[in-house]
Amino acid sequence: MTLQTEAAATPRLTSERPQNLYGRTSLRKRPRPLESLIQSFLFLCGALSIATTLGIVYVLGQESLQFFTNPEVSLTEFFFTTYWQPEAGEYGIWALANSTFITSLIAMCVAVPFGLGAAVYLSEYASPHARNFLKPTLEILAGVPTVVYGYFALTFITPILRAVFGVETVEIYNMASAGLVMGIMILPLISSMSEDALHAVPRSLREAAYGLGATRFEVATQVVVPAALSGVTAAFILGVARAVGETMIVAIAAGSGSLFTFNPFKAAETMTGYIARISGGDVSYASLQYQSIFAVGLMLFVVTLTLNIISRRFVARFREVYE
Amino acid sequence: MSLALRHRLGALWHWIFLSATIAGVISLTLMLYNIVNEGFGYAVIQPSVDPALVLPRPMDQLSNAELLAAIEDNLSQGAYQKADGEKPFAARTRAELIAFVEERVVEEKAVATWSLTDSLLNGSRIRAEAAKNYPQGRLKFLSWLNLDFVARAMSSNALYNGIRTAILGSFLVVLLTIAIAFPVGLGAAIYLEEYAGHSWLNRLIQTNIDNLAGVPSIVYGMLGLAIFVRALASVTSGAIFGVADSNGRTILSAALTMALLILPIIIINGQEAIRAVPNSLRQASYGLGATQWQTIWHHVLPNALPGILTGAILSVSRALGETAPLIIIGASTFIAFDPNNVFAKFTVLPIQIYNFTQQPQDEYRNLAAAAILILLVLLLALNSIAILLRNRFSQRLQLL
Repeated sequence: MTLQTEAAATPRLTSERPQNLYGRTSLRKRPRPLESLIQSFLFLCGALSIATTLGIVYVLGQESLQFFTNPEVSLTEFFFTTYWQPEAGEYGIWALANSTFITSLIAMCVAVPFGLGAAVYLSEYASPHARNFLKPTLEILAGVPTVVYGYFALTFITPILRAVFGVETVEIYNMASAGLVMGIMILPLISSMSEDALHAVPRSLREAAYGLGATRFEVATQVVVPAALSGVTAAFILGVARAVGETMIVAIAAGSGSLFTFNPFKAAETMTGYIARISGGDVSYASLQYQSIFAVGLMLFVVTLTLNIISRRFVARFREVYE
Repeated sequence: MSLALRHRLGALWHWIFLSATIAGVISLTLMLYNIVNEGFGYAVIQPSVDPALVLPRPMDQLSNAELLAAIEDNLSQGAYQKADGEKPFAARTRAELIAFVEERVVEEKAVATWSLTDSLLNGSRIRAEAAKNYPQGRLKFLSWLNLDFVARAMSSNALYNGIRTAILGSFLVVLLTIAIAFPVGLGAAIYLEEYAGHSWLNRLIQTNIDNLAGVPSIVYGMLGLAIFVRALASVTSGAIFGVADSNGRTILSAALTMALLILPIIIINGQEAIRAVPNSLRQASYGLGATQWQTIWHHVLPNALPGILTGAILSVSRALGETAPLIIIGASTFIAFDPNNVFAKFTVLPIQIYNFTQQPQDEYRNLAAAAILILLVLLLALNSIAILLRNRFSQRLQLL
């Protein structure tokens, strides 16, 4: 906002202000200490976020460095073996990463079809009346604390799975029930983000397709969804990031004790589950076990950050096209 | 493909899309059903100490004096004095004395529990089963969610467990969290919307905040553990303020960690609210000679306030339900005393729910359900306030 006044028109006001060559005065140049003070304070508030990120990177990096420089641990063992038994000095991240992968995969198998289906229905089919009821209901689902989802997995889904597949096949703690419930938890995220993307597709595209004689289903699946694909993809990726970082559901329902298995009905600890279990107990700050949770945490941070950045790229590309 | 087939396919998929949406609603219903189902129902309550050994006659035939004598005989000196200190035995009514004897002298426990649907549908079968398996016990229809459960302190006996300490802990942590995060978050939002130009530093801050919003909460917990609990232990334990007998695992550490966690949410919501304020208001204010801060303070913020508050309330409900970071920084599992200052050890409602789910006995599953109901009621109340604010906000915008 540059306010400039003719010096000649208001001689009295300009007397104590800096004047430039043309005899004009700029209100901006008047020093206002209080204003600058406030601005610096507000800047510090914003800069705190950078400090937070640096803090996370420093803490995770520094403890991980101590972990990896310990003679008992080697990088090759960490990245290429599948046994994670800290008590026996075995640190192969794949035992934990594999369970994280399985639970997230199950979650996405639930969340993607249902989430996208719900998004298409809400954006393309629903009457305003139905939308007014369905959308807030899905939003409630998004607001339920994860510990409640964990309880639901353990006390509702697990008994059902055990009744259906047999008590011998399905263990009390298992990855399947944790994954299924995680899918329900992510569903509202995917449906609401995808719906936003579908909603942003210009009306003209739909009208053109209708004009060519397409049915509503054909418009939705062959015009609107492809047009919003990058936005929808962003929602999926963010969903994966959420699943990978989810802690309480797996800590409650997926069991403790690491196991490298592809059988979803077995108990196997995920990366987040391991961090929660170890730090929940009384572990000494100098121990290798304590440092190991930071190494696992660093992996977790790197994976989720990468997914978030990729997702943001997709959103940016989508915005570029339509907004 | 014939036209009729295309239309049939369309109708089929209409139905499929609708069921996908309904599936979400059904999951929510099932979740609520499951919680209510576990929160109420029949339970067999049985003394774990044989009443014949500690009481001269069946309890309902005893006089008050005999009840008092039984209490005095069977409690340790310290336990008796503590209970007497809470409320003198002389002042207690007969019902209170009987309840006390049931809890502390014969130590009644819930030995078997049934869910609500089971209790309603198979009442006679349950009565027969209870009479056969637990001849000593009495069958009672329990609401695990009751006033005593809310008001009592923790106990190792599930039947007499309470979550007062956890509710107080949640309240203190959330209050302190918002006191820290709200001013800082609002400040950052104002800076980014009103002051920041397009320099690389400002773009970095913005990108960084967006990315922080996606960092898993457990990572914040690890940050809190390393920085607030360990590195700053002398501050967060209160040692430099003369508080002894504590480590860094305090309410203050929890609130600082939680504040960092909800900061991005507050900032992003605040930015949206500030952005929604029409530019004409700012220009009018500048035109009257106001400085930038005067414009923000007197015109932008009052108009953005409902939106900012909505975002803040939503972030409070996030903080209220968050569990993982507090497990990492080390919430206590058992606390005998109510937390009364920011340097106290703490537990919160979601942590208590998590602890209940970790117990093998059936009755803890009922306790967890009852605690979840309380948590959900608190969240519902917070969200209703947020919706009310949002509605008022949209009305005001229409007036402009």
